[in-house]
Amino acid sequence: MNWPHKDLLDVSQLSREDVEVVMRTAASFQEINARPVKKVPTLKGKSVVLFFAEPSTRTKTSFDIAGKRLSADTFGLAKTGSSLQKGETLKDTVLTLQAMNPDAIVIRHSASGAADFVSRRVSCAVINAGDGWHAHPTQALLDLFTLREVWGDHFAGKTVVILGDIAHSRVARSNCRLLPMLGVNVRLCAPRTLLPKDAGALGVDVYNELAPALRGADAVMCLRLQLERQEAGLLPDLREYARRFGLTADRLREASPDVKVLHPGPINRGVEIASDLADAGNSLILDQVSSGVAVRMAILYLHITRKEKGATL
Amino acid sequence: MTLEGLAVQNVRVPGRDGAWDLLCADGRIVELVPGDPAATFPQARRLDGRGLLLLPGLTDAHTHLREPGQEWKEDIATGLAAAAGGGFSNIMCMANTDPVNDNASVTRFMLRRAAESWPNGPRLFPIGALTVGLAGRELAPMGELLDAGCVAFSNDGQPVADTEIFRRALEYAADLALVIDHCEDPFMAPGSGANEGAMSARLGLRGQPDAAEAIQVARDILLAEYLDVPVHLAHISCRRSVELIADAKKRGARVTAETCPHYLLMTDTALFGYDTMAKVSPPLRSDDDRLALIEALHTGVIDILATDHAPHAAHEKETPFEAAKNGISGLDTALASLWELVRQERLSAEDIVTRFAWRPAEIFRLPVNRFAPGDPADFVLFDPEESWVVTPETMRSKSKNTPLLGQSLTGRVMLTVVGGVIVHDLGPSAGI
Repeated sequence: MNWPHKDLLDVSQLSREDVEVVMRTAASFQEINARPVKKVPTLKGKSVVLFFAEPSTRTKTSFDIAGKRLSADTFGLAKTGSSLQKGETLKDTVLTLQAMNPDAIVIRHSASGAADFVSRRVSCAVINAGDGWHAHPTQALLDLFTLREVWGDHFAGKTVVILGDIAHSRVARSNCRLLPMLGVNVRLCAPRTLLPKDAGALGVDVYNELAPALRGADAVMCLRLQLERQEAGLLPDLREYARRFGLTADRLREASPDVKVLHPGPINRGVEIASDLADAGNSLILDQVSSGVAVRMAILYLHITRKEKGATL
Repeated sequence: MTLEGLAVQNVRVPGRDGAWDLLCADGRIVELVPGDPAATFPQARRLDGRGLLLLPGLTDAHTHLREPGQEWKEDIATGLAAAAGGGFSNIMCMANTDPVNDNASVTRFMLRRAAESWPNGPRLFPIGALTVGLAGRELAPMGELLDAGCVAFSNDGQPVADTEIFRRALEYAADLALVIDHCEDPFMAPGSGANEGAMSARLGLRGQPDAAEAIQVARDILLAEYLDVPVHLAHISCRRSVELIADAKKRGARVTAETCPHYLLMTDTALFGYDTMAKVSPPLRSDDDRLALIEALHTGVIDILATDHAPHAAHEKETPFEAAKNGISGLDTALASLWELVRQERLSAEDIVTRFAWRPAEIFRLPVNRFAPGDPADFVLFDPEESWVVTPETMRSKSKNTPLLGQSLTGRVMLTVVGGVIVHDLGPSAGI
């Protein structure tokens, strides 16, 4: 496989076939993750910079483990304690990183378009680990991988509800691009204040009430609600949000009997999702975390080895 | 200084048939007469107009020349150089300098810098701050500013949020000079640089609704009517504002308005790829807004064109979108880029002359050339056929922040004359 992309900025750049390649590659790495010795020498001698200019625990850890299981050397760089805090511009930071010749830069940044900005300025692979409200491609791919483990190849005609703070969600935007590629009907559900004004431009159905959105749904992705949204006047308070849009077992009865529940984490128990539901049998939340490592191994592998002749697993 | 006579032979004039000859002396128009190839104009230096278009010198009522205080972006000398190259004879510069132009010493400093760098023009007309430090709390000493040479007052860049203060400023200024208001609700995604719509939804950018502008337009119109005072609305960007202004004018409100070339030529689709060069305040809007603005300019609902020339250094634009400064460097390319609309027959050459030369000078009471004997000899020779590529080298502005970089334009300012003196010349002065 000759992977055609230097960078992963969003899923919109991927063809259906590219997505299949990621899924197949991730599946083979998932098998490694189940072994007693979870390490292969595939990326030995390669270096991966984890440049997280915005706080993150799970995504950074996930990329870190993914890199290390492939024997890459990973180097973490956070905003605090780095020169970004001393006022260095993003351009200068990435040019400095580039000069150290990494094979890939994984970037998380609070500004939409930051990964795109970095990718235009460095020759190594740039993997977007979340840019502002814009995109979080590895999250969307791991969500897909998680659902594949349940649904197999049967995605066409399925209905997935994305519930919560769509307006500020890169996870929602990336899933709105990826899931329809596989024939999934995507429904967004949120109060109007947590939707972009022109949410229809995302090319999916939009609901402002929970019950009709859930009707017949095959999966529900809850999004984390940030407390700042209340301070910005976008909703009255968390209790009121939970009352209108919190996902509970009772409300989920509107959905398909086999409905699955996902959440990119971290969870606010009792706000966007009832505590018992997060732990219930149809919750895939922890499967998403395991899938994340396999998908990120696949992404690192495909981007770092793409120019090497005869690279194999 | 005695100026030699200047005769420009064989030019075309918008709205008139045939070839024309222009004769100037002592910095003023002597006459514009039907072209005569045999005429020799013995008292004058003769230029071959080569059938180029003769336009009056333009007036730009809205620029940021950054001096004093932000000379890494622009200074008065480079700003006036860009103005000369762009075909402007009068330039009004906004007060958001550092220090703010809220007292006579800053105004006099600006005028001295202009006189030192471009003694023969383009002429500089500073705009004084409406409130002290542009803080929106206390009125600036407008009488002092007027006496020092300011021609209007504005809080541009930091619009007055407090409606009571703004009301008092409008009232106080009414006996001195016109108030120019930057209409932007101070709470609705101010300065986001992205229109709220499909594009901002997809890019994940905080979008500013067009209503954020229109709400302040409505406020200003209501105050102007209530107080029976004039107000000028800066850089109008959307249909909602156009409709409010049209209704206000029907009722006889004393309101005038401007828009900028970029709102007539571009839409928010230019933000694709997070192009910070297209980040401007107010933001580029939809195509429907764009078409409404062109129509309003043609009918006169929007009175004038202005560049909102907002130079920023490369490093201030080479950032992720949300961190980039708002603004487009516009003086160098305004007229040439607008000519696309003349070719498309959406605007006429006469529209450009009226909206970018005559009407702004009339509104702000600046020198203007209507080609009548005695008018200032401010004119441009424009080649509507000349194709050229916008590069950093073709721009005289210190800052090159324009989405037009690398693009080909058809139409170019070949010669600019202010007060009978050639201040920009790409060839025609070689003479006959």
